[in-house]
Amino acid sequence: MLLSIRSLTKRFPGTLALDDVRFDLKAGEVHALLGENGAGKSTLIKCLTGAYRPDGGDITLDGEKISPRSTSEAQELGIGTVYQEVNLLPNLTVAQNLCFGREPRRMGMIQTRAMTRQADAMLEAYGLDIDVTRDLGLYSVAIQQIVAIARAVALSGKVLILDEPTASLDAREVEMLFEVVRGLREKGLGIVFVSHFLDQVFELSDRVTVLRNGRHVVTEDIAELDRVKLIEHMLGHALETEVDDHATPHDDSAPKRPEMLKFRQMGRAGVVHPFDLDVRQGEVVGLAGLLGSGRTESAEFLFGLRSGGTATDTDGDVPLDTPRKAIAAGFGFAPEDRKTDGIVADLSVRENIALALQAARGWARPIPRAEQARLADMYIERLDIRTSDAEKRVGELSGGNQQKVVLARWLAMNPRFLILDEPTRGIDVGAHAEILRLIHELTAEGMALLVISSELDELIAVSDRVIVVRDRRHVAELTGSDIRTDTIVHAIAHRDDIGEVA
Amino acid sequence: MRRSLTALAPQLITLAALVALVSVFFPGFVEIRLIDGRMVGPIIDILKRGAPVALLAIGMTLVIATRGIDLSVGTVMAICGAVAAWSIDKGLGLGGAVALAIAAGLVAGLWNGTLVAIIGIQPIVATLILMTAGRGIAQLITEGRILTFTHDGFSWFGSGTFLTVPVPAVIWVVTGITVALLMRRTALGLLVESIGINRRASALAGINATVLLIAVYMASGLCAALAGIITAADIRGADANNAGLWLELDAILAVVIGGNSLLGGRFSVAASLLGAMIIQTIDTGILLAGFPSEYNLVIKAALVLVILVLQSPRMAAEWTTWRAARREPKPAGRVQEDAQ
Ligand SMILES: Nc1ncnc2c1ncn2[C@@H]1O[C@H](COP(=O)(O)OP(=O)(O)OP(=O)(O)O)[C@@H](O)[C@H]1O
Ligand SMILES: [Mg+2]
Repeated sequence: MLLSIRSLTKRFPGTLALDDVRFDLKAGEVHALLGENGAGKSTLIKCLTGAYRPDGGDITLDGEKISPRSTSEAQELGIGTVYQEVNLLPNLTVAQNLCFGREPRRMGMIQTRAMTRQADAMLEAYGLDIDVTRDLGLYSVAIQQIVAIARAVALSGKVLILDEPTASLDAREVEMLFEVVRGLREKGLGIVFVSHFLDQVFELSDRVTVLRNGRHVVTEDIAELDRVKLIEHMLGHALETEVDDHATPHDDSAPKRPEMLKFRQMGRAGVVHPFDLDVRQGEVVGLAGLLGSGRTESAEFLFGLRSGGTATDTDGDVPLDTPRKAIAAGFGFAPEDRKTDGIVADLSVRENIALALQAARGWARPIPRAEQARLADMYIERLDIRTSDAEKRVGELSGGNQQKVVLARWLAMNPRFLILDEPTRGIDVGAHAEILRLIHELTAEGMALLVISSELDELIAVSDRVIVVRDRRHVAELTGSDIRTDTIVHAIAHRDDIGEVA
Repeated sequence: MRRSLTALAPQLITLAALVALVSVFFPGFVEIRLIDGRMVGPIIDILKRGAPVALLAIGMTLVIATRGIDLSVGTVMAICGAVAAWSIDKGLGLGGAVALAIAAGLVAGLWNGTLVAIIGIQPIVATLILMTAGRGIAQLITEGRILTFTHDGFSWFGSGTFLTVPVPAVIWVVTGITVALLMRRTALGLLVESIGINRRASALAGINATVLLIAVYMASGLCAALAGIITAADIRGADANNAGLWLELDAILAVVIGGNSLLGGRFSVAASLLGAMIIQTIDTGILLAGFPSEYNLVIKAALVLVILVLQSPRMAAEWTTWRAARREPKPAGRVQEDAQ
């Protein structure tokens, strides 16, 4: 056994995050670590890499007991890690981030040229051709994610740990990552893989360990398991309804809904080619496209984060110069990058959920504490947010639960037009179904949604209409029975479009 | 109420310990007597002398909560003191002097806030500009000399008493309570903390971060103006070179001793005020205890160091673990039960 963990225990105030957990990793295997949001996956990993000090238990690497006291100590032992939240330094260049702590030196001086070359080589396997001398913070989350992966891979002599590495990658990049991982497996590394995408788990891993509520549930060969069984292990019960049961009927006879918003000439040359968009009440518009195709930027124009274009509703002009005005007009926007744009980490769950509502009411009219608590408790229950209580710091929630808090913040606003950029990133299967159910409830009440997602299944399941974005242009609009995986993939990839957007 | 008292425990304990320590060297430390309708005693003296730093600390707390810092407050004190003295000199009277001094503080805050929130200069750099340039402005107002005045009404702010309590002490206590209530009874406190923790996410949630930031620097300017008025009234003159000199550092220290993070976010005005009183107790205590004055700074530095180490997150973590360990004697107990 390459790595073996016995009776690992980790306690946080109010939570027993890991309770007597065991985990074994063989050399030359990909071992998936699965469980619901808040099950303890990231905590296990952080105990392993010295980011947290466990309260009890043993970790053995190559037959020797280890207890890394810092992440750098774990790196020296040959454990490379990609954490769930990218934790690189945005103010350093890509090359500096990649080579941090191991810069090529001559007589103590860092060799910038050599470092650039080394960095380029490290990124080559991922098909990423970017300027490594620019600051990392200038690049998208996806690129930062790949940089983090490349760095971890280079550091991992024995063990590579990937905590939801694919959450912000698209299909093409995922495939490249998997190629790299398979190569490392051939070389005899042990790889720990955390993901909520069960398809990816079945595609890549050899064995599976499931945690639930901080306890070890099962460890088995992937061949012994099917999807249903795996989900049962994770949730502790069968999942009554998976995504497809809620799929929007894609026949062309859908009833005509009343018009709500008309956007004209949204966008600016160089960012997104100006586009028009009409949104009806209760309609879900999906936005598909590769990362960097202009999906997020399109949303930013619609929410007043970038200016360009006009919007009107049945009452006339809707001013959209700033997010504040967009919110006043009944818009909402749950952004893609929850860590930098979504959560306010040091505020409590309650405060985070009430934040947008409070901002809209103005500072002089505080929401009474009891009312905030009621809101928070309601959404904790509805979205199944796993937290010891509403007063916990959001930064201490697990990644998926933080995502749910951001969603709750906007649902609490009850907007008429809500933009969700990758709403289910990092959310487990159970909650995923719950959120899609919620989307259907909301649209039945008349709320219109714009959903951006890299997961085509999800997009197809919720959308009444799918707009495909490619090379910063809205290139196709699919409706009714045309909303299928093959048509979307076709529109994303090809030049001969199915239907030009007006 | 009980919860806020627990939160202030480290500062309260520190203050009590200091008072006890000084009392060892100077037995009459806690005595208060009533002479001519005014309270007199070392403690009262601390409440009065500590007023400028306490006032600056109130504004500084808010600025630091937004992840900023205001290095200009000492200088703004000097400017506002000079403006007040100039106004008295020009015969504008009590109301005119106070109004102009406060206006000067607000303008200074508006300047800082604009540089930070709209132009996007880092707070430490933005406020450094006024910190250095401002003394020159104050000198221009006083025409390079110490501008003295005699005006009993105005001097009352520095040396008068209100219901037996020195007026400066009344001013900082009232200002502190007002600001704390304003922050906690409205949503301002939450919004300020939010932009301090994550300005981008806050703006996306619809918080008007720009306006709020400017307002916070203006509040700091206002506090500096009050401190400047008290100082000028106390010495009956404006000293452009020395008024408020280095006080910005004491104010920052007060905020830090109050347990507020320099990285912004959660804040407590009350804790910063206790921090200011801790600093003043050290200053006054060293004098009363009769140490030669050349030891003052060293002793002060040593005491501050001890306080900060005791309050550090590291020590807090040790303390929590220690308490948890006492409450749950065997964390590994469950494992054994399972095995049986
Ligand atoms: N620093 C912390 N302080 C307090 N509680 C924490 C902290 N980190 C994690 N927890 C708690 O420990 C539990 C496990 O969290 P963990 O992040 O390991 O979940 P996870 O399995 O990675 O979930 P996800 O799929 O959402 O990423 C959660 O209940 C979480 O709230
Ligand atoms: Mg996690």
